[in-house]
Amino acid sequence: MCAHCGCGKDAKATMINLQTGQEMDVADDGHAHDHDHRDHQQDGHGHDHHHAHAHDRDHGHSHEHGHGHDHGHRHQESRAASLVELETRVLAKNDALAGRNRAWLAGREILALNLVSSPGAGKTTLLERTIRDLKDELALHVLEGDQATTNDAERIRAAGAPVVQVNTGTGCHLEADMVARGLAALKPGPGSVVLIENVGNLVCPALFDLGERAKVVILSVTEGEDKPLKYPHMFRAAEIMILNKIDLLPHVDFDVPRAIANALQVNPNITTLRLSARNGEGLEAWYRWLRREAVAAREAALV
Amino acid sequence: MHELGITRNIVSIVGEVAKGRRVARVTLEVGRLSGVMSDAIAFCFDAVAQGTALEGARLEIREIEGRGRCLACGVEFAMPTLFTPCTCGSRQLERLQGEELKIKTMELEEAV
Repeated sequence: MCAHCGCGKDAKATMINLQTGQEMDVADDGHAHDHDHRDHQQDGHGHDHHHAHAHDRDHGHSHEHGHGHDHGHRHQESRAASLVELETRVLAKNDALAGRNRAWLAGREILALNLVSSPGAGKTTLLERTIRDLKDELALHVLEGDQATTNDAERIRAAGAPVVQVNTGTGCHLEADMVARGLAALKPGPGSVVLIENVGNLVCPALFDLGERAKVVILSVTEGEDKPLKYPHMFRAAEIMILNKIDLLPHVDFDVPRAIANALQVNPNITTLRLSARNGEGLEAWYRWLRREAVAAREAALV
Repeated sequence: MHELGITRNIVSIVGEVAKGRRVARVTLEVGRLSGVMSDAIAFCFDAVAQGTALEGARLEIREIEGRGRCLACGVEFAMPTLFTPCTCGSRQLERLQGEELKIKTMELEEAV
């Protein structure tokens, strides 16, 4: 369901557990989080979404605010009005649920990463390769986000990792409640690693915290090196940028130093790795980073 | 174009608090660095509000300019973009304002 992104009010998010073949709706109404989720609590850690954000303080006086963007229509001046101070962040519900996910993950010493990129940058290929190379070493789990199909989840399962596919319908990003449901179905064990493959989109996923430890942005050399400047929110939100498909560099005009300089201009703290998920070049540095973060997630839980 | 959905969120939050009463006015704070365009929210608002407690309500958006403080030299400066550097050249900075996306107030109609 993507009522945040405006990609269609008829969006219907569904979830398929590739281990059990079970299919379920993610939510009837993506924004009414106070409904009963008993249907989704098969594993005993359901998520009760009761959040009171509104401070319903009625003040019996009216205010005039002379600011821009007035879109006045049928304002009924003849009636008395009462002003209610809300001070509510528009994304408060998502952020609260993301915080809940983060605590759930931390309590189980699980490393969760949110992988974001344009469509076709190679997220799924990188995951397949990572699973094949590290599955005996790390307990890798994948939450796949796509608008439709279980194609990517099938690939992940074939590579050898437990996977749950979330189909967002017409929605263009994952939200924290979908991830909560996905985690409940995926059941990652203590100390494991959950790789969340977001919907291919460099815009909306930047705004929606899922409860991950870090966002990993993947930029392939078949794209423009100015993408960090075009989509600054995403590159600023990411902790690490993976330059993928470097095996194709001889065939394209991609300027690697300029791409890195652009990313640093938007986010001076971003780490950059260069690799090819296809021929394996540069993967060891990614694995080192992944191992280090997995260890950190296990140690952080003790502090 | 996530503003349509953001607007739906705003209408839904305000509608929940209004509990059936009619809403005359909604005031938002939208930072210029929030990743959300005020004009697009304003454009969507009437359509989204239709058939809800917010139908016909006046929408006011206060835009908040981006401001940051340089962690190298300590100066405060305007940030028209997310990646405006300090005049000293440093990009290590703290964002002070401009990322807001908040519903400040709502005004409810009451029959007199």
